[in-house]
Parts: sequence; structure tokens; C-alpha cells
Amino acid sequence: MSAVSVLTKPARARAAVVAGQRPAGIGGWAILLILALFAVGPLIIFVFAAFKTQAEIVENPFGLPADLLWSNFSQAWQQAHMGRGLTNSLVLVAGAVAGTLVIAGLAAYAMARLDLPGGGSVILYLLVSSALPMQMFLVPLFFIWTRTGLYDTKLGLIIIYCATLTPFATLLLRAFLLTLPRELEEAARIDGAGELRIAARVILPNALPGILTVALITALATYNEFLFAVTFLESDEQMPVSTSFFAFQQSYVQNTALTAAAGLIMLVPMLAIFLVLQRRFVEGMANTGMAA
Amino acid sequence: MTAPTVTVPETAPATRTGGRPRRRSVSRRTRLIAWLFMVPLIVVNVTVILWPGAQSVYYSFTDWSGIGTGNWIGFGNYTRMLHDEEFISALKHNLVWTVVSLIAPMLLALLGAYLLSRVRRFQVLFRLAYFIPYTVATVVSAAVWENLLSPDSGLGNLLGVNFLGDQDLALGTVAGVNTWAFWGFLVVIFLASMQSVNPALYEAAALDGAGPFRQFVSITLPSIRPTLVFLVVQTIVWSFLAFDFVFILTQGGPAGATDVLSTLLYRNAFSNLEAGYASAIGVVMALFTAIVVITYQVLRRVRKWEA
Repeated sequence: MSAVSVLTKPARARAAVVAGQRPAGIGGWAILLILALFAVGPLIIFVFAAFKTQAEIVENPFGLPADLLWSNFSQAWQQAHMGRGLTNSLVLVAGAVAGTLVIAGLAAYAMARLDLPGGGSVILYLLVSSALPMQMFLVPLFFIWTRTGLYDTKLGLIIIYCATLTPFATLLLRAFLLTLPRELEEAARIDGAGELRIAARVILPNALPGILTVALITALATYNEFLFAVTFLESDEQMPVSTSFFAFQQSYVQNTALTAAAGLIMLVPMLAIFLVLQRRFVEGMANTGMAA
Repeated sequence: MTAPTVTVPETAPATRTGGRPRRRSVSRRTRLIAWLFMVPLIVVNVTVILWPGAQSVYYSFTDWSGIGTGNWIGFGNYTRMLHDEEFISALKHNLVWTVVSLIAPMLLALLGAYLLSRVRRFQVLFRLAYFIPYTVATVVSAAVWENLLSPDSGLGNLLGVNFLGDQDLALGTVAGVNTWAFWGFLVVIFLASMQSVNPALYEAAALDGAGPFRQFVSITLPSIRPTLVFLVVQTIVWSFLAFDFVFILTQGGPAGATDVLSTLLYRNAFSNLEAGYASAIGVVMALFTAIVVITYQVLRRVRKWEA
């Protein structure tokens, strides 16, 4: 059984504990709790810091805030230009998700459903290009982008995200399409429906779970992305929330409270989506790691 | 966090294509449409990855500054690396980073996943908690730890240690932050792999009186070996390409103590007007990745691992 098929099955179905295994015991639970504290503790301290004054952070760096200083957030929102950053991020995420889904969707459809001639070598090519480190193409790409006017535009960055995310997205969508029975579109084809129509009316609705997984991973990767954003955008007006936050943090090294407030503003939208859709996220991520 | 530019083991669906018998001859028109559907992917891929990648190889043999065209200097950039102290020191830091990443996150994740695989209650909740740091943007994770370790107001102040400012501690600290951000991802994959181990093996071991640790060593580890090997390979590749946390937390400082190949490449390309040299560093990094991945694939074929 391949690792991928293991991962695509829902976790709960596999979660049964083995009869012969002793449960973790007190020590086991203690370790699990310590690990959870290690994972989440720093974030909780960060949340506390966002509500404190700078002086309070020095006196009481880790504990609960004495008062909830909500004004940190409005200050951070203004000084770090979070409104502008979030708007730009929204454009980038929307563009990258839409572009990746269209490009990868068409390609995956051709490979899984239209018996693309030479499909095997396309898969190999996608594997290779998704394994290629961005350091390999970053430098010439930068100078191409400056020459063609794509540098310092959101469109230019969206194109880069689409290109770097489509190999994984294509492989994942293709694997998903292969699980759908062929009979679905045979009938439509006999009725004389065109390929685009079949793709849109028959396959698309059935492929929605796979599409959603790809959309979520693409959105998270784009929203959090830093290297391309800091390299290919220069003017403040274009900056997404990740680089606005970075610029703000660099300029206000001393103000831990405002940095934390700005960081939370950046964190909360994605964390909310993640918590709501965590199962699809986690298993999608596991798929990415293993399959793309 | 790394964007999902990840190397792929050939997976089950990939082999399925080859094995599927052709049921009908595909019409010429369908073949044409199939390739038309590929056009957008090919266009963006060639524009962003393939063409600049090929240019990197060419520029790596020139003294290109980033402006105009460079002069052909043969293997000049590559021989320069051998004598470039910055390059050698960056390479060493990548090796340290690799060693840390192969130990700390791996052990934490194996421990967490193994314990989680033995409980049913709260399993999803713990997995969620462990995974959350992986979903946090690197800029925010960096700020979280910068604040936590701050020499003015955080742990650094309490302990009198400047974690990110001390030349001996900075690299370990940055790699530690990376560990925190990354180990939960390993937990998710290890856990999925552990849950597919045949339960009868544990039952038999329990009857023989094997305790949890003994079961882990003699049943769990051998059973998840393909996944383990795959993640070890991935970790080596990722460690060699590490960029975000170094760039954000220290910019390679203090005094080059945390410089890695990626930050060296970045500085050469965009600050030092040494785009040719930077391209050569990029090519070396890609070659290294290729060697690791190909070795892994060959071993996988030879040993018939099913990851």
C-alpha cells in the first residue's frame, strides 16, 4: 500500500487503538502534554504580549497581561499598514489560487481523463520541476522580471506562485481524478458533449473535495510566503501582509507589544480558516509532503 | 514553513498509468485537446522555472553582474567557491543545520507520533496542537521567538544570554526555531504511517512481554521505515536550501555566524552585483538536491521500498 493512499483515508477510521498495545499511561500523557505546550506555549505567550505595555513585557514577559490593552491592535494596524497588507495578500491569494486551480485543473484533466499522449514523461517533468530548488532559477528570474515590467507588480508575483505551485497541484488533482469512475463522463461523451462541457459539468462537481484541498494548501502557502514576496515586490503599496509585517518588525525592534499585535493580526485570518477546516488541511498537507 | 516545492517519490497513481491497458484508440482530436489543456501549465512552467533555470546554468559560467551580459569565464565561479571562505563557512552551517534537523525534530516527532498512535482520546486535538506552528507564517514564527528570547525582555534577559546575538549560539538558536516550526508536520506524516502498521504485530509482541519502548524499536520503526527514510531525505534537502528563518532572524549574522548557502546566494545576487557567482551557487544547490533525490530513488528501486 502506498503512503499516499494511507494518508487520503480519513484519520478517524484508522484511529482504533490496538488491543495488544497498552495505552500511553501517565508518563505518556505527561509527555504528550509537554510536547503540546512546546508547540502552542510560545504562541500563547505571544498573544499575552500583544495585550501588554512594553514596560509590562520587561517585568512580566510570560504571564497573563494585567489589563487587555486593545489599543495595541489599532496602533499596530496603522503603523504596520496591516489594512493595505491584508488587501494585497487577499489579491495575491485569490490570484494564485484561481490561477493554480485553472492551470493545474486543465493539466490534471488532460492527464487523467484525456489519455494525454506522453503523459508519463509529463509526470516525470512535473516531479523534477517540483524538486528543483527555487535557488536554481531565482536570480535569472529576477532580472527577467525587471526587464519585462513584472517586477514589483502583484501580477508578476502571482505568475511565480502559479508556476511553483502547479506541479504539486497537478499531481494531487490528477491522483484525485483517477479515483473517479470513468463511466461518469462516458455517457456525456456518447451524448456528444464537448470536452470542456464534460470537464465543467460532469468532472468538476465530483472533483470538488480534491479542488478544495489544493485551494487550501495554495492559499496557505501564498499567504505565508516570504522569499518571493520580499524579492519581487519593492514598493510599500504592493506589499502583502508578510513583508509589511517584516518591515514593521525590523523598524520597531524594541516594541515587542506592537510587533506581537501586528503578528496576531496577520495570524488570525489563516488560523481561523485552518481551525475550521483542519482535517482537510492536515491531511492535505500530509499529501503534499508525500505526494508532491 | 516551506512552500510545497517538495520532491516526490513516485506514487501509486504514477505507476498506474503505465499499467492501464488502452481501452480504445484515442482520436486525434482528443489528443490535440489534451495537449491544448497542457498549454497554460507549460507556459508558466517554462517562463518561471525551466528557462531561468537553464539561464542559471549559463550565467554560472560568466562573470555576469546582473546588468547587461557577462563574460564567459569557464569554471571560474566554481573554482572560486573552493577558495571562498564565506562559501565554505556557509556550507558548514548548512551541515550543522542538517544535523540539528535530523536529530531534534525527528526525535520529537517520532516520540509524539508514537505516543499519539497509542491513544484514541484527544488524538485529533493533540495532532492539531502539534501541527499549528507549521501553519504559522515564518515571519510571525520568527517574531514569536525573537520576542520570547529577547535579551531585553524575554528569556535572554532572564538568563543573561543573547541567543541570536552570540556567535556561538545564533546558528543553533535559528535551527531550533526551525525545529519548532517544522516538527509538527513530521508528526502528522509519522502518525499516518504508524496507524497503518498491522495490529497483530503489537499483539504478538505484547504477548511476548515487550514493553512500549521495545515495541517501538522492534515493530514501529521497521514498519515505518519507508516513511522515515523519505522524511530523512526531505530533511536533508530542506536543510541544504534553508533560507527564511536565517534571513528573517539574523540575516546571516552576527559576523556571518549563521550564513547559509541561500543567504550567501541572495547577498551575491542582489547586493554584491555578483549574479554570475550567485547562479553558480544556485546550480551547486540544485545539483546537491538532485544527487540526494536520485540516490534515494535508486535505493528505493533496489531495495523495493514502498513509500
